[in-house]
Amino acid sequence: MSESVGGQGVPALEARSIVKSFGTVRALRGASFQAYPGEVTALVGDNGAGKSTLIKVLSGVYSPDEGEVLVDGRPVSIPTPQAASALGIETVYQDLALAPDLDAASNVFLGRELRRFKVLHDQREMRKRTAASFAELGVGLVQDLRVPVASFSGGQRQSVAIARAAMWAEHVIIMDEPTAALGVIQTAKVLELIHSVRERGLAVVFISHNLPQVIEVADRIEVMRLGARVARFRRGEAGVERLIASISGAYANEEVAR
Amino acid sequence: MSETTKALDAQVAADAAAAEEARPSRLRQLVATPIMATLAFLAVLLLAFSILAPGKFGTTSNLTLLAQNVAILTVASVGTTFVIATAGIDLSIPSGIILGEVFAAQALMMISAGDGKAIDVPADQTRAGYVLAALAGALVAGLVIGAVNGVLVAYMRIPPMLATLGTLGAGLGVALLIRKGVNVATYALNPVATGTLIPGVPGLTNLVLIGLIVVVIGYVALHHSVFGRHTLAIGSSEEAARRVGLRVERHLLKVYVLGGLANGFAGFLSLAYFSTTSVGGHTTDNLQAITAVALGGTSLFGGVATILGTLIGVWIPAVLQNGFIIIGVNPYWQMIAVGIVLVLAVWSDQLRRRSQNRR
Ligand SMILES: Nc1ncnc2c1ncn2[C@@H]1O[C@H](COP(=O)(O)OP(=O)(O)OP(=O)(O)O)[C@@H](O)[C@H]1O
Ligand SMILES: [Mg+2]
Repeated sequence: MSESVGGQGVPALEARSIVKSFGTVRALRGASFQAYPGEVTALVGDNGAGKSTLIKVLSGVYSPDEGEVLVDGRPVSIPTPQAASALGIETVYQDLALAPDLDAASNVFLGRELRRFKVLHDQREMRKRTAASFAELGVGLVQDLRVPVASFSGGQRQSVAIARAAMWAEHVIIMDEPTAALGVIQTAKVLELIHSVRERGLAVVFISHNLPQVIEVADRIEVMRLGARVARFRRGEAGVERLIASISGAYANEEVAR
Repeated sequence: MSETTKALDAQVAADAAAAEEARPSRLRQLVATPIMATLAFLAVLLLAFSILAPGKFGTTSNLTLLAQNVAILTVASVGTTFVIATAGIDLSIPSGIILGEVFAAQALMMISAGDGKAIDVPADQTRAGYVLAALAGALVAGLVIGAVNGVLVAYMRIPPMLATLGTLGAGLGVALLIRKGVNVATYALNPVATGTLIPGVPGLTNLVLIGLIVVVIGYVALHHSVFGRHTLAIGSSEEAARRVGLRVERHLLKVYVLGGLANGFAGFLSLAYFSTTSVGGHTTDNLQAITAVALGGTSLFGGVATILGTLIGVWIPAVLQNGFIIIGVNPYWQMIAVGIVLVLAVWSDQLRRRSQNRR
């Protein structure tokens, strides 16, 4: 059964039976998850289902109590966000985590500055590469690259955060509600951007509560409920109603060991 | 898809045009730049004092004196620009400077020179070794107080204002204890301040030269080095810095150590220039330095900083002091004026931030 809803080949990122508790709260109770290269995998579920906790385990913010994380089929440990980066996994957090007073290029390269003479940064080159990556990703940044991102609109800031992740991600991009705060135009831009990142062969993981949007964008949909995966669908297998049924527990196509 | 894309591109182009039109006028932009405002303020002060005290204020000798006085404060202000860039503050500047003086003097007292000690040699019999020993003493003092500040702020999470208030008091106490409340004079370091390594340029004493070198180093370090970039990033958003893997605590420690070293070095220069320690002096140096930094356009909320601004801002307190004395106004008015200027500078910073974040 899992083959019919699985993706192509070996998952770029996989979680197996992850358990994570915060004191007495069991946020994840044997959660599994797969994301395949060249595919957009949507992660949906009700508030408190454990989506953010799961992606934080996958991006090195939390370490799991039990279970395994695999990258390209190999078991790995991801103790810190830097470890995730080293594995080619980049995350766009919902609060974006940009330094508002720095310009776009400085943010994109923060912590990974291009250097001259070992201690100086090469701002010109960083700006050039940022502009190139924005162009490649179709980010329509109207402001020039010298102004602090604080003066950007929400959508432009989102674009910077996504462009940063897209620039450094080699395997997987994880985005926690990337369009939640965006207007129509900017949402379309971000969805376009997701497409172009996927075209590069990356695995895209995408959390959203907007089910029509999920159905439009995702190649695969994984549904979480009460800390575990309850259903998986390939593109076209589920409409909004079936998704709602899965989220609320009325439908499941996966056994959950509790 | 392609139609949506076209519509989007048209929208983006329209946005760009609108943004272009909405760009504020040149003049407003210029006035909005704090450096320009401070420069204008400085020009007004210079002009006013020149008119009020003709033949006294604007003379080469007075301006040279001003430059000397500014140089020492510049060194401390460059260091504290980094601290403020992290959204921190260093109130312990006076204790860093005084301990720098005292440690430098103590170092000179430990070195034998002829029948006496190095501290008692006249200026023309000093040696590079004495100067270096005094410098080392001053830097050790700065290092210690900076490291204490850094550990308190970065690792123990004490708010910078209180941590450095603590080291301000404690540092002054240590200096008084070491010196038993009595100052000591020395001429051994004079050449460091009053000599002229590059002769022929009016006003360019070694002290002024050293101040300029510190400014250049500070400029490169803040604006062109990865260290400076991380300093600004942490000041702008500690969380963002953490998420990209910057070691925030370690970096903050380094910044406070840098600030402490600058203060210790300023103490060394102060001892060289004034030929005496000054336990009980320098009481408003933190006020003056922080005002200079704020006037220059460095934001006390962190993330935005400019060394060139500091270089300009540092003249305001000094010119006020010097000018008031020359025109016969009680120089205590300078403290009042500087206090007011500081509050105004921070207020305008706040207004600027608010208008920027309104979007
Ligand atoms: N740091 C934490 N400490 C304690 N409990 C936590 C912590 N993080 C998450 N939880 C709990 O774990 C459960 C899952 O939370 P999580 O944020 O993963 O849900 P979510 O699926 O992302 O929800 P939403 O759609 O609202 O973002 C919730 O009950 C939450 O209260
Ligand atoms: Mg969440």
